[in-house]
Amino acid sequence: MPAMTMTEKILARHSGKDQVNPGDNVWIDADILMTHDVCGPGTIGVFKKHFGQDAKVWDREKVVIIPDHYIFTADAMANRNVDVLRAFVNEQNLPYFYDVGTDKYKGVCHIALPEEGHTRPGEVLFGTDSHTCTAGAFGEFATGIGNTDAGFVMGTGKLWVKAPPTMRFVFNGNMPPYLMAKDLILAVIGDIGCDGATYRAMEFDGDGVFALNIEERMTLCNMAIEAGGKNGIIAPDQVTLDYVNSRNLRKKSYEVVKTDAGAQFIYEKVYDVSTLEPVIAKPHSPDNKAFVSQVSGSKLDRAYIGSCTGGKMTDFRAAAGLLKGRTVKIDTFIVPATSEVAKGLKTERLNGQTLEEVFLSAGAKMGEPSCAACLGGPSDTFGRLNTPISCISTTNRNFPGRMGHKEAQVFLASPLTVAASALTGVITDPRDMMQ
Amino acid sequence: MQSTITGKAYVLGDNIDTDQIIPAQYLTYNPSIPEEYKQFGKYALSSVPPSQAGLPKGHVPFHTKDEFVSDYTIVIGGKNFGCGSSREHAPIALDAAGIKAVVAEFYARIFYRNSVNGGYIIPFETPDRLCEKICTGDDLKIDVAAGTLHNLTTGETWQLSPLGEVAPIIDAGGLFPYARKVGMLKV
Repeated sequence: MPAMTMTEKILARHSGKDQVNPGDNVWIDADILMTHDVCGPGTIGVFKKHFGQDAKVWDREKVVIIPDHYIFTADAMANRNVDVLRAFVNEQNLPYFYDVGTDKYKGVCHIALPEEGHTRPGEVLFGTDSHTCTAGAFGEFATGIGNTDAGFVMGTGKLWVKAPPTMRFVFNGNMPPYLMAKDLILAVIGDIGCDGATYRAMEFDGDGVFALNIEERMTLCNMAIEAGGKNGIIAPDQVTLDYVNSRNLRKKSYEVVKTDAGAQFIYEKVYDVSTLEPVIAKPHSPDNKAFVSQVSGSKLDRAYIGSCTGGKMTDFRAAAGLLKGRTVKIDTFIVPATSEVAKGLKTERLNGQTLEEVFLSAGAKMGEPSCAACLGGPSDTFGRLNTPISCISTTNRNFPGRMGHKEAQVFLASPLTVAASALTGVITDPRDMMQ
Repeated sequence: MQSTITGKAYVLGDNIDTDQIIPAQYLTYNPSIPEEYKQFGKYALSSVPPSQAGLPKGHVPFHTKDEFVSDYTIVIGGKNFGCGSSREHAPIALDAAGIKAVVAEFYARIFYRNSVNGGYIIPFETPDRLCEKICTGDDLKIDVAAGTLHNLTTGETWQLSPLGEVAPIIDAGGLFPYARKVGMLKV
């Protein structure tokens, strides 16, 4: 058997083939299909149009519905879309629906999926959201699709996929305390460009990666799409298995898949994380890279910490470490990704204060778990940039208009850099605040 | 598949992402409802910064006569057209605005899949940097079978890249009709 990358192996196993080569078009079986309030109604529409008004989904155990985008809004259309999901879930009797206003509500789908045990090594996850690639952190093939593709999967459990060649990014060395996974992935995107991985898989490897906790690995894979990647992926190790097994309540079996020795990579780049500096993406593209030290002092109006890529416990722990006992100089918005993270902020303590107390006493505003202003959303969305102001954010995109106003300036950076900048009101290298 | 596509060009630059094609606040419309599908046409390309809208000059509105349907038929882009989110509302917005084809150097993969699998627009690729050679308002004609683009305003002709493996899906009209044709779908 010729050597294959993890991505090729997973696609081969899910298409009933011994081998899949980059460029092959194959029909693969889905293990999970995830959709949310923004793309769910359209997906359901496609499904019913083609399979019939009374059709049933291919496997109700494999469809996961997580409303997360436009939740805490008075927008009637947004609320109507959650009603569309509710009606569909009732009609199909779907077991995995994390409904708004119930104790099952989760928040951002990409964090909710692993928390609720829907991510496992070796599987195929399709989701109607480009950041579905986050779940590559669990050693699975996870990619974003549109409504038509999702409607097709909903009815058949299958989809055609063009097997991507794999790019390998190796991070060696010990990560200094002022760096986070966000710095690593912003460095990669800046180096290869926001089209540098188009039609390709991005595999992250090296002792620097395996030293990261699972949340930080999710941050790396989350932003594969910002380089155009079809998927991001990291080989499972004990850290992965411990997390997955603790969440895999239904004890679904899975198979760990790793890249073979001698597998072919289309590109390889090695980073020494011990010498990297904090990285920032300037407006208006995630690949508009600079070192924070090169743009420090630029004036800001707002700081935002949240989203699938920057709203996890690890992100808030890092930010709280800098904000503890200090006061922010600019409007600072804190949005936990999920209800589990929100609960963590109320229970985890730093020198006697909960993390939520740390943020509130620093003068930050706390929001409810959801995608919130990461993608703008309705005009009453918490933290949305309704005027052309300048914002530093832990989110993943800064294209024109992404967080609201199309002339707003958005800088993307790690939670450490965002917290340091919140304290000064200008772009600030976290090393300056960590002494 | 249409054999020829004719109409006016609307020219954009590199990295036209899905937020510029259809801003997130309009994603509350449900494209499965025909009345709401129309709304996407109204807001298509509404977050493109004015200086980049309708190159080479910029500041060219995408809509003039009709608030839902554009005067333009073919969008010309640079590199990485449609990058960003997986929202199928992006090719839907272009379709609802009356766009038949996009010609770009290359596409972000989810936008490309959505365009082809949904059967909304034909995403042609070009080895030439046409966003610097064609002007907004030029009259264009695409011969789909021959894969050629004629600029009727200037008399120039370019060979587009072959549609390749997605040609049968485009020809069938999208993923569902294609899957029925090849026996992957029995309903």
